[in-house]
Amino acid sequence: MDALFHAAPYIGYVYPNETVVPWGILIVVYPYLTGLVAGAFVVSAFYHVFGLEQFRPVARFALLTALALMVFVPLPLLLHLGRPERAFNAMLTPHWTSAFAAFSYAASFYVFILMLEIWFAFRADVVRYAQAALGPRRAFYYALALGSLDVSENALRHDRAWAHGLAIVGVAAAMLLHGYVGFVFGSLKSREWWGSDLMPVIFLLSAAVSGIALLIVLYVIACGVRRETPDDGALQGLTRALWGFLIAVVVMEVLEFVTLLYKSREGIETVMELLAGPIRTTLLLQAIGSAIPLAVLTALVASGTRGRRLVLWLSACSVLIVLAVFAMRWNVVIGGQELSKTMKGLVTYQLPFWGREGLLAVSLILAAPLALLAVLVRLFPPWETRAGSV
Amino acid sequence: MGYRVNQPEPGRRRFLRLGARVALLGVAAFGLARGFVRRATAAVRPASAPADYDWTKHRWGFGVDATRCIGCLRCVEACKIENGVARDAHHFRTWVERYVHLKGERRARIDSHYDPQNIAASGSEREYRFDNRYRDAPVEQAFFVPKLCNQCEHPPCVQVCPVGATYRTPDGVVLIDHNYCIGCQYCVQACPYGVRMFNHEHGVTDKCTWCYHRITRGMQPACVEVCPVNARIFGDLNDADSPISKFIRQNRVQVLKPEMGTGPSVYYAGIDKEVL
Repeated sequence: MDALFHAAPYIGYVYPNETVVPWGILIVVYPYLTGLVAGAFVVSAFYHVFGLEQFRPVARFALLTALALMVFVPLPLLLHLGRPERAFNAMLTPHWTSAFAAFSYAASFYVFILMLEIWFAFRADVVRYAQAALGPRRAFYYALALGSLDVSENALRHDRAWAHGLAIVGVAAAMLLHGYVGFVFGSLKSREWWGSDLMPVIFLLSAAVSGIALLIVLYVIACGVRRETPDDGALQGLTRALWGFLIAVVVMEVLEFVTLLYKSREGIETVMELLAGPIRTTLLLQAIGSAIPLAVLTALVASGTRGRRLVLWLSACSVLIVLAVFAMRWNVVIGGQELSKTMKGLVTYQLPFWGREGLLAVSLILAAPLALLAVLVRLFPPWETRAGSV
Repeated sequence: MGYRVNQPEPGRRRFLRLGARVALLGVAAFGLARGFVRRATAAVRPASAPADYDWTKHRWGFGVDATRCIGCLRCVEACKIENGVARDAHHFRTWVERYVHLKGERRARIDSHYDPQNIAASGSEREYRFDNRYRDAPVEQAFFVPKLCNQCEHPPCVQVCPVGATYRTPDGVVLIDHNYCIGCQYCVQACPYGVRMFNHEHGVTDKCTWCYHRITRGMQPACVEVCPVNARIFGDLNDADSPISKFIRQNRVQVLKPEMGTGPSVYYAGIDKEVL
């Protein structure tokens, strides 16, 4: 007998409609991308807001990274909608009791702030390129300068003041945007695995961790491509930041899990089955990808490692963390749906390869920001640290 | 070339001021547009109800008498036909669960229509039947529990809809405007009872409406109409003599997952602690 509908395998008792998993891997990617954005922005804020000079070499690169990622944040959401052509209904008639209603506004506001800040941070360079370039490139840069070609010391001071102010607003916006993504899940009482008060906090902290880690990896790669040694001070600063945020997120995650276990409400056996069953591999990845970096980073911070050795160990940790945070998003989004609302059964999400909710589509969505970043870095090299650039 | 490199400061300030004005104008225009849309949507009445139906005059309620249900599943068939629900074993506006306590076992065994043995028993995912697997088992107690939308007083599904496509009518039924739903399935996640599902053909969410197109014309919901044993009871709670009012008066009823604070409007009699 052929199955009429390809439903998820299950064990125990689940509600009949639950055999179709509503949110697939696209909704794993969405909070993952937003988290990376928030994390990358935090790094730029270390310099632009908190004035920590050692982050200067990566501050502008972090801004471009945040923008390249943010541009693609709405894509997984749009692809997931049953009626994507109606997506703007959420902006036209937002239903304010919904955590989703504010998303389009919050995200648009954030993109606006981000682009404005980037404009101020890069304006002097853009003017310089406009004057040096020829042909279409010249027109392109002139257009981007928006007629504001003044690069006097006074004007640059103005740029810095604006970038500073926008970064302050931007940090708040980035934190809000991601804390709110945690609320999307944490506010649902229907799912035991989601409905936790710690969820927004965990999302926020893991966002910072993943964004900083990705930035480290990208920065090291970019330095490799440019045949330059990564800045020691910047890497040491990033090591400490990553370490600090990682401790915070691991503590929160362990607290949440221990609380769930200690309370042992009805259905805890099924929760344990979920951990041992459908999300076992990703949970292991999350645990290993947090524990090993935590140990290594502690050693790096304690020993004050620098140079080539720091680059190697820090990059390895960062790669692990980037994977671990993706696993964490998976465990929350997919795991939450695999645990039945009956608390007496489990379904197992099966990741398709083809189709708009498939592995291929998601790989492309994840690769797209990196491609865009490569273009952005060529158009607006963020590396100059000479006096004058912000 | 005549590009001004050292343009005096006011130029940029003027530009910023212009930008601020444009932004303000945009916000104002947007606010106006939103007002119009709001006004346009405020007048909407569900298309499924007749024009002369007054939804302020009723308060619908639903009862399930689990002691009567025989698990014949005519209700499930009727619902699928009446409402054009996908004829497979994974999409239901209403379904029936079977609870069986076997001798020596602490928890009930539960199954429903997607169970492969039940599908094999009917011969197709389009037909619904409970198989006879407990024929020779030491059954201590067994009962069926029909499930459907609880039309909650505080529906979490309505709360989370980002566009307001789903709403609760004054007569107490939660409906979806299928022409406005964006298909994000947030409501599917938010429902603690698993009664919402996705219509893959139209890209929108679907759910039980207590057959709103029928009850607003003085008829019974399809599942109630076909039930041969009166296990499903429907009526107007405003009317003390309605079947549902009597059912609630004459039984000690309970609702599902009361701890969720959703205020369900489906009242159950004859279920036990195992029912979720």
